[in-house]
Amino acid sequence: MKRRNLGWLSLGSLLSYSAWADMPLNLTQGATEVSRNVYDLHMLVLYICTGIGIIVFGIMFWSMIFHRKSKGAKSASFHESTKIEILWTAIPIVILIAMAVPATSTLIEMEDNSNADVTIQITGSQWKWHYKYFDQGIEYYSVLSTPREQYENHQSNSAIKNEHYLLEVDKPLVIPANKKVRFLMTSDDVIHSWWVPAFAVKQDANPGFINEAWTKVDQPGIYRGQCAELCGKDHGFMPIVVEVKSEADYQNWLIEQQQLIAQSAEAEKASLNSSLAMDELMQLGEQVYLANCAACHQPTGLGLPPAFPALKNSPVATGDINEHIITVFNGRVGTGMQGYGKQLTLKEIAAVVTYERNAWGNNTGDSVQPADVNAAVAK
Amino acid sequence: MTTEVLTEDLSEHNQHHKMTGIKRWLYTTNHKDIGTLYLWFSFIMFLTGGALAMIIRMELFQPGLQIVEPDFFNQLTTVHGLIMVFGAIMPAFTGLANWMLPMMIGAPDMALPRLNNWSFWILPFAFAILIGSFFMESGAPNFGWTFYAPLSTTYSNGSTAFFVFAVHIMGISSIMGAINIVVTIMNLRAPGMTYMKMPLFVWTFFITAYLLIAVMPVLAGVVTMVLTDTYFGTSFFNAAGGGDPVMFQHIFWFFGHPEVYIMILPAFGIVSTTIPTFARKKLFGYSSMVYATASIALLSFIVWAHHMFTTGMPLFGELFFMYCTMLIAVPTGVKVFNWMATMWRGSMTFETPMLFSIAFVILFTIGGFSGLMLALTPVDFQYHDTYFVVAHFHYVLVTGSLFSIYAGAYYWLPKWTGHMYNDVLSKWHFWCSLISVNLLFFPMHFLGLAGMPRRIPDYALQFADFNKWISIGGFAFGLSQLIFLVVVIKCIKGGEKAPAKPWEGAEGLEWTVPSPAPYHTFSTPPKID
Ligand code: HEC
Ligand SMILES: [Cu+2]
Ligand SMILES: [Cu+2]
Repeated sequence: MKRRNLGWLSLGSLLSYSAWADMPLNLTQGATEVSRNVYDLHMLVLYICTGIGIIVFGIMFWSMIFHRKSKGAKSASFHESTKIEILWTAIPIVILIAMAVPATSTLIEMEDNSNADVTIQITGSQWKWHYKYFDQGIEYYSVLSTPREQYENHQSNSAIKNEHYLLEVDKPLVIPANKKVRFLMTSDDVIHSWWVPAFAVKQDANPGFINEAWTKVDQPGIYRGQCAELCGKDHGFMPIVVEVKSEADYQNWLIEQQQLIAQSAEAEKASLNSSLAMDELMQLGEQVYLANCAACHQPTGLGLPPAFPALKNSPVATGDINEHIITVFNGRVGTGMQGYGKQLTLKEIAAVVTYERNAWGNNTGDSVQPADVNAAVAK
Repeated sequence: MTTEVLTEDLSEHNQHHKMTGIKRWLYTTNHKDIGTLYLWFSFIMFLTGGALAMIIRMELFQPGLQIVEPDFFNQLTTVHGLIMVFGAIMPAFTGLANWMLPMMIGAPDMALPRLNNWSFWILPFAFAILIGSFFMESGAPNFGWTFYAPLSTTYSNGSTAFFVFAVHIMGISSIMGAINIVVTIMNLRAPGMTYMKMPLFVWTFFITAYLLIAVMPVLAGVVTMVLTDTYFGTSFFNAAGGGDPVMFQHIFWFFGHPEVYIMILPAFGIVSTTIPTFARKKLFGYSSMVYATASIALLSFIVWAHHMFTTGMPLFGELFFMYCTMLIAVPTGVKVFNWMATMWRGSMTFETPMLFSIAFVILFTIGGFSGLMLALTPVDFQYHDTYFVVAHFHYVLVTGSLFSIYAGAYYWLPKWTGHMYNDVLSKWHFWCSLISVNLLFFPMHFLGLAGMPRRIPDYALQFADFNKWISIGGFAFGLSQLIFLVVVIKCIKGGEKAPAKPWEGAEGLEWTVPSPAPYHTFSTPPKID
């Protein structure tokens, strides 16, 4: 009785997920001319393979049904025919050429990176994307925005998951519709791969080298993708979101961003003269830490040694303040520890360093001000 | 002349030295013993790699991280891949080669028996190192079985040295095994057995062995470069020092593509043996089969970069590798058509080896179709590094290589053990495997097309349903393999006595000796006309 209930329960839980299901069963047609050509090519090969499959498997099943010993079938003695061998070498070659022609033309189109209207440099790093608009002075990082408690379910604390669970970011890439946008891809550490299915763009971001790709999207909208090349621990947690805006909206967005940059430069300057209370630093520091550092050094400060060191009792986080600041600001070349000087404000760095020096029993009692950070890195 | 000397020497030598207990297995130079060792070892590795896959499928059963941490997940996928490729499939084929090649060509043993012993006995050490790394501070390798630099070098978790050392040992083992196969086939064929009279099984192993000798040193080279980049400050793959991470991929796949044929050509040989037997009709187009195998092997050296279309190759490179890869469909097609023609107007029966062989032909062909789709560069941009690729290579490796190994195992079990296997259980094994394997791998095509990347421990909600069914298929497939273990143990322990030739339509020298095959066979070579 009990067992049966359990059976029904698990069956019920199987079915209940169906509510989430509306997965497309085929490749997307996408939102660009290239992606539609790619889709057509995909369908062409799929049909050809299905056709060949039906014929070949059909013949095999025919023999399995009618040429079986139990039906009294006697085996024939033929075992060679040069004519047939030539025939079934030649026909596939013809079919292959029929596929190669559209494949070649689509490929030539995809690889034509010339005459772009907008150029954006995309840099992958463990585990976020950095977007830099050429000639606009705009650049920012884009990271996963799904809250940790939604995917860390080890203690079976399954928080309700967002609609775009694991496919949402804090700041999407913004590009104009109907303009040829060229992407220059590179990486700060390991190889990543920038993939948005709706554009049929998947291009590796190789450290030390620059790859090109382009797209021209016809409809404004939001398009999602993911990093496609294994890049370490959180490879599954570095999504891509692209917001395609109409030309006018895009121009407004650019102006808005430039204003924001000007404002934050002001704020940065102002922060140099400010002095924050310990409480304030610790509170901000914790936020910054959880958002930027906890993936590697863990919320507990214990890290994941040997790859990612513990900060609790670490000689740096309890030792010389300047070295600590410089480590966070410049990072350590050739390790997972990137420089946060470009990613965080002076105030945020001051806060996170303060936090690391006082959390988890590090109790150094030190508090670091934005001006200290500025002084340390100026040396 | 050499043949005669060797023959006498061996038979006299070994008769006196057959030891008992563990020493028999440690010191053995007998091809049947070593074949048995290889086969058991590969099956144990298969279950180990399978256990890792079960954990992977448990984690992927539903969205969210439930069981493992992302870094451990990467260790699981990496070691699963390495074990299945180097520990399960390749040694299983070497085991079949050891058992069957000498008997098929009428030789008393492999040509280099001591080398043979050594090439087996270093393998357990390689895998002890690899699996042992799970229990070390660094954890096991976590950079994927393809170990792309710089993830495996500058950014490695410290397991690189264990990994490199283990792969070196596996490589040495494979090279020695391959040299032995080549030397045996070239020198020990029974008088009268010309090359074009060799069974196709022998041909495929002959060609595979050459592939191994050609590319295993390349693998050794690339792992050594990874080792020095990680620990000795070289910069082969480090752009900051003037190296190139993409060069790693070129070298790796120059090994990696032939490697996939190393794992499928012997499978072609097996089903080209079983299908004619149970269709009671000669293999259609023997010579075209030989030429097709050879051309697949040659082409396999000039297609490697089809794994690298997204790395930023120049257009010309992409076109070249696309066309060459598409060309491989031609000889592969010839093979499938030949098997089809062999069945046509035969007098078929469906014993378990035949069931696995037919499943092989159909499901391997499906894997071939997805391979052809992947060859087209523009669409590969969409498929690459998604579950579509995972589906593709599991169709060719599981329903391909593994199913052919099962076909071979059932086919020759009576010869090995002297007993018939339990027919009912073996059919259960087949049908459970067939159904679950398709539930396991077929939906992966759809996941890939819908956009799910491979090697991720957690996924967007839309992928939840399919992953759940795939996991269920995975557990069922894993359990079904235990049936095989039962069948084999029962078959060794007893069962209906097998005649020298249990299959009505079978041909070949191995059926001229009694079942079980005596410890020494063909001490005097048979005469072939
Ligand atoms: C991608 C993973 C990663 C992230 C994210 C990360 N770190 Fe690190 N961190 C490392 C690694 C790896 C090292 C060790 C570097 C080395 O080998 O010298 C390290 C070292 C450090 C050290 C020196 C510890 C010692 O004892 O040597 C400090 C301090 C530090 N990180 C602070 C931070 C702060 C603050 C953040 C967030 C703003 C952060 N890290 C984010 C990977 C990371
Ligand atoms: Cu990545
Ligand atoms: Cu390949």
